Amino acid sequence: MAVLVLAEHSNAALNDVTAKTVAAAQAFGGDIDVLVAGHNAGAAAQAAGKLAGVRKVIHVEGEAFDHGIAEAIEALVVPLMGGYDAFFAPATSIGKNAAPRIAAKLDVMQVSEITKVIDASTFERPIYAGNAIMTVKSSDAKKVITVRGTAFQAVASTGSASVETAAAPAGPFKSAFVSAEIAKSDRPELASAKRVVSGGRALASAEQFNAVILPLADKLGAGVGASRAAVDAGYAPNDYQVGQTGKVVAPELYVAIGISGAIQHLAGMKDSKIIVAINKDEEAPIFQIADYSLVGDLFKIVPELTSKL
Amino acid sequence: MKVLVPVKRVIDYNVRPRVKADQSGVDLANVKMAMNPFDEISIEEAVRMKEKGLATEVVVVSIGPAQAQETIRVGLAMGADRGILVQTDANVEPLAVAKILAKIVEAEQPGLVIAGKQAIDDDSNATGQMLAALLGWPQGTFASAVAKDGETLKVTREIDGGLQTLALQLPAVVTTDLRLNEPRFASLPNIMKAKKKPIDTKSPADYGVDIAPRLSVVKVAEPKKREAGEKVADVDALITKLKSVGAI
Ligand SMILES: Cc1cc2nc3c(=O)[nH]c(=O)nc-3n(C[C@H](O)[C@H](O)[C@H](O)COP(=O)(O)OP(=O)(O)OC[C@H]3O[C@@H](n4cnc5c(N)ncnc54)[C@H](O)[C@@H]3O)c2cc1C
Ligand SMILES: Nc1ncnc2c1ncn2[C@@H]1O[C@H](COP(=O)(O)O)[C@@H](O)[C@H]1O
Repeated sequence: MAVLVLAEHSNAALNDVTAKTVAAAQAFGGDIDVLVAGHNAGAAAQAAGKLAGVRKVIHVEGEAFDHGIAEAIEALVVPLMGGYDAFFAPATSIGKNAAPRIAAKLDVMQVSEITKVIDASTFERPIYAGNAIMTVKSSDAKKVITVRGTAFQAVASTGSASVETAAAPAGPFKSAFVSAEIAKSDRPELASAKRVVSGGRALASAEQFNAVILPLADKLGAGVGASRAAVDAGYAPNDYQVGQTGKVVAPELYVAIGISGAIQHLAGMKDSKIIVAINKDEEAPIFQIADYSLVGDLFKIVPELTSKL
Repeated sequence: MKVLVPVKRVIDYNVRPRVKADQSGVDLANVKMAMNPFDEISIEEAVRMKEKGLATEVVVVSIGPAQAQETIRVGLAMGADRGILVQTDANVEPLAVAKILAKIVEAEQPGLVIAGKQAIDDDSNATGQMLAALLGWPQGTFASAVAKDGETLKVTREIDGGLQTLALQLPAVVTTDLRLNEPRFASLPNIMKAKKKPIDTKSPADYGVDIAPRLSVVKVAEPKKREAGEKVADVDALITKLKSVGAI
């Protein structure tokens, strides 16, 4: 058996979720090749070669890959799949965008966001915002899988696989990159941060979100998250949203501030190791899953916590 | 330009799903059902395009049981023109949904399909992308803004780390994210009017699509329960606790 893993990377470096996706592929079994499709992505390809358990790295250069254009990834991967039994991609915005196209072209029903590999055709995945865990058995000859990174332990960087290059598919594609607004931040990336501080609707403005949440996050060296209500109201950027339809996180410490605990929010954070909730409503559902609950006004509590740490 | 909007009938997002005791699935008997929230956003976007003169007709499609007709009616009351119900009691997976939609696209020739990014029951996040691949169309997934500019469609997408804007050659598939718009409530007169709008009823066999599932459900279980912890009196007590467990 052989598995092709799509690497998530920034060209200069490999994203941590790639090592977690390789771990899921190892649980599936067989030889593992990692596909690094990028633009000036030599460093990422080298890093992928160091992942434990990898047979080889396929490095492909193309401008379309800089922007994760789904049609380009489809055109690259589908012809390669003749040599593989499975395609594994991380359930990131790039993986979720491209993998279903590959599945449809191979006439395979994708198994989305798996959290466990039981055997080479049986997988666990959360459904209904994580309110149920479904075990499914795929009857397709090839498997197309996206992997929830928080559910797998990254493989170590102890390998020494060779890097091969392959040609990029010929374009043009029917979608063209226009622009991107990617916020640069020195804070840890939300999806892989060891600690996360999230704010909700109670913050009431972007100014207060920044003034209350960010200093605590900086004291803790934490990534910053938000509820949908806070994002919709413009208190925090879109990609801060934690939940069923946002990011899924599972840090060592998650601090939920002024967040009620709707099921859609819990879906994105209830696998955190330790959950702290700060809310003025004693009955807030978030307290039902929090390890440490502090009832009171966040505008008093959070600055005090920040100053005492 | 005709716009096609696929809508799914799902459990209402306010309802907490219950796993059946025999672990065969989630109990949907006597549970409130509604249109998938992302699909309301899709309808809203399509209707706004029509109001701006960018779209000529909005067609709503649902694949599901007879009751999915009610879901289509909601779309018609929001301003869509007509509906197609592909009626089946079977559980139709995203791949088969995409195949049926591809056949409907062949017959209807829309310039744009606007689907939801994800159905809140199966959480697959796959159908729109699959449809685009089957048709050989470009896609703008997780859209938070859409602007038509001649024969191209500019789609701003919510991606990890921020936003990305793509220019798609039409025809194309868009999938909607939460920030694209705020869906309207249908007014009573519009609900009445919607009762007279046509809905065609078809079956998967009419489209020659094999809907046999590729994934068989071994079991559906409750997630691990998280026990509620303890109340702490004040900030000092919280810090002491967090230190004692090594969290800070
Ligand atoms: C299709 C769909 C998808 C969704 N996806 C997501 C998702 O991915 N992520 C997500 O988060 N939500 C999601 N939601 C929204 C979700 O249902 C909730 O509406 C949302 O999580 C609520 O955000 P909140 O807790 O910040 O706001 P609220 O529910 O309004 O809670 C605010 C809380 O702040 C507390 N509070 C107020 N003032 C203070 C104060 N001074 N000090 C302390 N506490 C205070 C209140 O007691 C309250 O508990 C989704 C909804 C739908 C329909
Ligand atoms: N049975 C269905 N009927 C109509 N549209 C559907 C159906 N299933 C999925 N869709 C569409 O595909 C989107 C994504 O669903 P999914 O891929 O299942 O997460 C939904 O928001 C709908 O727009």
